Amino acid sequence: MSVDATTVRRIAHLARIAVSDAEVPHLQGELNAMLAFVEQLSEVNIDGVEPMTSVTPMEMKKRADVVNDGEIADAIVRNAPDTVNDFFLVPKVVE
Amino acid sequence: MTDLTSLTIAEAREGLASKSFTARELTDAHLAAIEAARVLNAYVLETPDRAREMAKAADEKIAKGEGGPLAGIPLGIKDLFATRDIRTTACSKILGNFIPPYESTVTSQLWRDGAVLLGKLNNDEFAMGSSNETSCFGPVTNPWRREASNTTLVPGGSSGGSASAVAASLCMGATATDTGGSIRQPAAFTATVGIKPTYGRCSRWGIVAFASSLDQAGPIARTTRDAAILMRSMAGHDPKDTTSVDIAVPDYEAAIGKSVKGMKIGIPREYRLDGMPAEIEKLWSEGAQWLKAAGAELVEVSLPHTKYALPAYYIVAPAEASSNLARYDGVRYGLREPGKNVIEMYENTRADGFGDEVRRRVLIGTYVLSAGYYDAYYLRAQKVRTLIKKDFEDCFAKGVSAILTPATPSAAFGIGEKGGADPVEMYLNDIFTVTVNMAGLPGIAVPAGKDTQGLPLGLQLIGRPFDEETLFSLGEVIEQAAGRFAAPKWW
Repeated sequence: MSVDATTVRRIAHLARIAVSDAEVPHLQGELNAMLAFVEQLSEVNIDGVEPMTSVTPMEMKKRADVVNDGEIADAIVRNAPDTVNDFFLVPKVVE
Repeated sequence: MTDLTSLTIAEAREGLASKSFTARELTDAHLAAIEAARVLNAYVLETPDRAREMAKAADEKIAKGEGGPLAGIPLGIKDLFATRDIRTTACSKILGNFIPPYESTVTSQLWRDGAVLLGKLNNDEFAMGSSNETSCFGPVTNPWRREASNTTLVPGGSSGGSASAVAASLCMGATATDTGGSIRQPAAFTATVGIKPTYGRCSRWGIVAFASSLDQAGPIARTTRDAAILMRSMAGHDPKDTTSVDIAVPDYEAAIGKSVKGMKIGIPREYRLDGMPAEIEKLWSEGAQWLKAAGAELVEVSLPHTKYALPAYYIVAPAEASSNLARYDGVRYGLREPGKNVIEMYENTRADGFGDEVRRRVLIGTYVLSAGYYDAYYLRAQKVRTLIKKDFEDCFAKGVSAILTPATPSAAFGIGEKGGADPVEMYLNDIFTVTVNMAGLPGIAVPAGKDTQGLPLGLQLIGRPFDEETLFSLGEVIEQAAGRFAAPKWW
């Protein structure tokens, strides 16, 4: 399988990465090189094989459902580009 | 006094205990070495004040007889590990000036045991790379050069800063991470020892995530014994990482020098690639002979799905990366580039903040997970992964204790030499290491010789799950036979 220019733009939008028209042909070439490389997986017989979900067989531990952290709003917003009163600020999303 | 930076961790531990020198002197010697080696670009942040403070605290504890197993040992930390109040960037522009309000579990255990933080080490951006050329701080230089040549070589990646700093004696050991070979390949390129433990052995909490089902932390050090010492402090169960395993951490150092007599060592025929350089082939059979001389038995084994590990990896790893890196959106931390609306702000931030390799992997990961392609790519790759793991299980079920392979298909190469036209050319560096991550197994790279141009080459040993001890025992045999290799100082 290979991707065309329209697909490259669609993926970039899905990934929320701005891509200029000038960059599309180059990216298309790189993505197609990677897709050509992984194409060899189609020759593997995977009939009846379970997909791997956990590389180490183990039961996931569950922690007690209790509050064990919090009241650290300062620490949480400390690195944010734009905040007010412990809220993260973003461009307007509701018209 | 001997140059304190040339000591191993085991030697420094003795010297500190016998009061031959102080932790402060040991740290100062390393800070001076770092300053004199900035041309290598191994450190992206030096923390001399913190280092001296920690060394002082270590001296006080040692004086009281309360020094931990790593008391006063100066270490470098890959910039993928969050360090409290110390800038952590994953060497990506998108994390900007991120100052974590928390400490990664692995580093907190090192400080618990008395280690000293010298600074943060360079790596490929988000650990995506095999040459340390994708870092937003620029490439790292390998202290090793070809004989009679001034060509600047890469130290490998993604833990290139860790490997270079350890090889150049700019720290006694370093933390590193390995998703497809990022500990073992740079270790092989710099004549250092690097171990990727079994998946789940070290907590991933507080380590910048790349591909969560593959990422593992591990040490890079100058000797097998030093790697074992560091490993004991780094490993252990952490309730904050549900994939970390709740089993006791053994005294790995006790495995050093243990007899390997009677162990069955698998030599996988699929690792003998067409066009493999003769010197790699020679190194591999030499390594096998050393193990045999130590009493191990060599058996040919087959891992039939080996050739599919790298292509499957380049579906699984980018897919997980595209999900993990969705968090970098310009809202909660790091870079923000303005846009007309929130979507444009995301898109501009991520376009400006991610480098080319990261962007490429996020895009391919997004594609293979997108509607209509998931089954053909991601699901198929996860099924192939099951087969890769089964290959190893079949092999271990026949009584094989460990598998010996070359660590890399070549020695270190020049900056800018690979992957310019086709990204796959760079990816092939991990052909021998990536299978181990796909199967969640432990793997160690140990220096074993040099190529015809005088560059170091390494061998890899792959072990059974949670049997790092056998790898340390076997690694020590190779180290004893091959000797240690130090880069001639030119910087």
